[in-house]
Amino acid sequence: MERYVYINDRPVLWEDEKNILDLTRKAHIDIPTFCYHSDLSLYGACRLCMVEVEGRGLVTSCSTAPFEGMRIKTHTAQILKLRKTIVEMLLANHDQECPKCSRANDCKLRDISNRLSIDKVRFRKTRDPKPMDLGSECLVRDPNKCVLCGDCVRFCDEIQGIGAIDFAARGQNVNVAAAYGKSLAQVDCINCGQCAAVCPTGAIVVRSHIPQAWEAIHDSSKTVVAQVAPAVRVALGEMFGLPSNDLTTGKMVAAMRMIGFDQVYDTAFAADLTVVEEANEFVARKSKGEKLPIFTSCCPAWVKYAEQSYPQLLGNLSSCRSPQQMFGAIAKKRLPEQLKVDKKDLVVVSIMPCTAKKYECKRPEFTHDGIADVDLALTTQELGRMIKEAGIDFDSLEPESMDLPMGFATGAGMIFGNSGGVSEAVLRYAADKFNIPVPESIVLQEVRGESGVREATLADGNLKMAVVHGIKNAQQLCDKILAGEAEYDIVEVMACPGGCTGGAGQPIVMNREKRKARTTSLYHADKTMPMHRAQDNPFINELYEELLEKPNSHKAHELLHTAYKHRKRIDDDELSFSGTGSEDRCKIRVCVGTSCYLRGSQDILAKTLQMVEENAWGNHFDIAATFCSEKCDKGPNVRIGDQVIHKAELAHVKELITQEAEKRVK
Amino acid sequence: MSAEYAAAHSFNKVMEILDRFDRSESKIIPILQAVQEEYRYLPQEVLTFIATSLGISPARLFGVATFYSHFSLEPKGKHILKMCDGTACHVRGSSAVIDALREKLHLSAKKITTDDMMFTFETVSCLGACGLAPVLVVDDAVHGQVTPQQALALVDEIIVKEKENA
Repeated sequence: MERYVYINDRPVLWEDEKNILDLTRKAHIDIPTFCYHSDLSLYGACRLCMVEVEGRGLVTSCSTAPFEGMRIKTHTAQILKLRKTIVEMLLANHDQECPKCSRANDCKLRDISNRLSIDKVRFRKTRDPKPMDLGSECLVRDPNKCVLCGDCVRFCDEIQGIGAIDFAARGQNVNVAAAYGKSLAQVDCINCGQCAAVCPTGAIVVRSHIPQAWEAIHDSSKTVVAQVAPAVRVALGEMFGLPSNDLTTGKMVAAMRMIGFDQVYDTAFAADLTVVEEANEFVARKSKGEKLPIFTSCCPAWVKYAEQSYPQLLGNLSSCRSPQQMFGAIAKKRLPEQLKVDKKDLVVVSIMPCTAKKYECKRPEFTHDGIADVDLALTTQELGRMIKEAGIDFDSLEPESMDLPMGFATGAGMIFGNSGGVSEAVLRYAADKFNIPVPESIVLQEVRGESGVREATLADGNLKMAVVHGIKNAQQLCDKILAGEAEYDIVEVMACPGGCTGGAGQPIVMNREKRKARTTSLYHADKTMPMHRAQDNPFINELYEELLEKPNSHKAHELLHTAYKHRKRIDDDELSFSGTGSEDRCKIRVCVGTSCYLRGSQDILAKTLQMVEENAWGNHFDIAATFCSEKCDKGPNVRIGDQVIHKAELAHVKELITQEAEKRVK
Repeated sequence: MSAEYAAAHSFNKVMEILDRFDRSESKIIPILQAVQEEYRYLPQEVLTFIATSLGISPARLFGVATFYSHFSLEPKGKHILKMCDGTACHVRGSSAVIDALREKLHLSAKKITTDDMMFTFETVSCLGACGLAPVLVVDDAVHGQVTPQQALALVDEIIVKEKENA
């Protein structure tokens, strides 16, 4: 039987809507809200979505379930007054420097305030200005613009499973903060930037590197080359009022040349290279039956997460660099000769849908002799802003094509931007080896889709793979794998919803349908390309012939692969047991992280302290407990001076300390 | 007992406290209370350790610790003075006592611990002893109907004792 509710006296069919808000939207009424986000839990904090329910009075529509025959009013005099007052109070404490805010064009607070015709704020500012967090390479937090809707907090916790930021303090002083009020750069933030993507105001934004890009372009001694990631081209048009599904590659290349980039290349070319390297790495591991499943390593947010949370799985991560870094390495190796430019005058700028790429290109392993493989990573948003800054009429540009050889990619590299794309590209490459039939359409439907965890079994059960997006999904999968409850050969992880197309560097979209349009558009791009398998790319084959010899060769390893290291979640957290950390004392660090603790590190620590105490060696040693600074699988870990002892035993530790003490007492 | 040994002893206590409360997220408050009793405040590195042990993020634990005024992330003094400034105490003249104590100890609403780490003076909203208003708690002893003079005398008493013991 059909059920109805009455919104402003009109009947509305109630199907499976869980709250009044969804019903009003169905009735074509857009009630303003800050804290309602369909992918996140209900919060009900902003109170903007108040409606009047007959018999109940005012209720928040986001957190109230409908009942049959419910009579709802959405814009009574009282409601309109209330909404205005709420927004006015938010504005009173909001840093209203709108023209200087990078979110000026897509700020929800500004939009709602405008919609409600607020022309003055009757209230005084009650909060003292708070310092901005400028420490992160990827994100900038400005607490003075925060409306405390908690979207960022819930995204980080519920979708990413990290909780790098949370509400701190109480009442008037409540603010969103990282642990201990530290900078995002010093805590377990993985730089995915989704907090910035869901933020309705400019309280968390992508850090801009536009000035550095202009500086390089304006420096006549520099040759500036760009690489553009696949997902950028299906979203850039949104900033110029073009539909999300519009493939803007040609216009984008034209605009970039007009801005002053000397060459424009395709990161999808490097993605083709990644496919070849990663597929060969996988086939080698599979034939030996070791280090499986192989985890993909293209997503820098996932890589940082794995480094800080799953040290025991780091060996399973593909050693392949991400396409961005593969491109950088090849560009800095080959282009100086090809473009007749000094290596130090070559600037590689990447245009990425991603905020974490800014962090990735600054990782020390990707800089050699002071020259970074990728000098600068800009986001789609930043490229769009540069185009606007240069005054280019984007929509009316004649399309242009990318530069050869690194501007030529196959459809395999193109679909990297979608969740499931890496897996599909690897499958297309390795299909012959596993006797997987590849349909005429070249579409491997098994790994496509929107769901956060997708599994596929291919090659008569010989090949099991999982594709996940959202770090919390990855977390649950890793735990299952470690517990022996699940077994896979390949696991693809992307931190952002939908993969790179949903990256936080993309233009802000508040609705999921738009993001899906980007995904579809990228699959269409693959279809329209002449080649769909990485091994068919003639310029990739040429690169192997001229430089890399063969996949996974020594040379390829040097340029295209990397290594991972275990990271601490929070900077400088040590439990010091000695007064001063003077330099000339011998440092003893005992790991008391969970796994070392279970293996008896606490006992070693206590006995060590006792021994130092009894022998009055206090002036010679600086003893502290650390959390998980070394490899957990080799615990308990103890560091004495520069020496790291894995699987430490008390007697051995005591012996080493005695030796050190004797040396020092003399 | 040296400083090192004391710290190790406290750390053992943290382990005991975590075990006593089953390392359960739902027992955050009693865990933090017990740990604060041990250290007199909540040191950052200990909080990180507790968060890891409970399987929650350090930012979440920081949020809990900063929500309750009982918890302190700054080291507190050896002696803790709490003056009630709830409605009943306020109308019965707590402000005068607060001003007198702050002046004597060179403290303010923002700076609550003396430089020598001897005293921490804080105001609380209600101690549930409104019949005795205004109420001052010195360490664990409750003093009712205090005047500024009495409060200053209590502080002087502690200072004299500390000098004798020094």
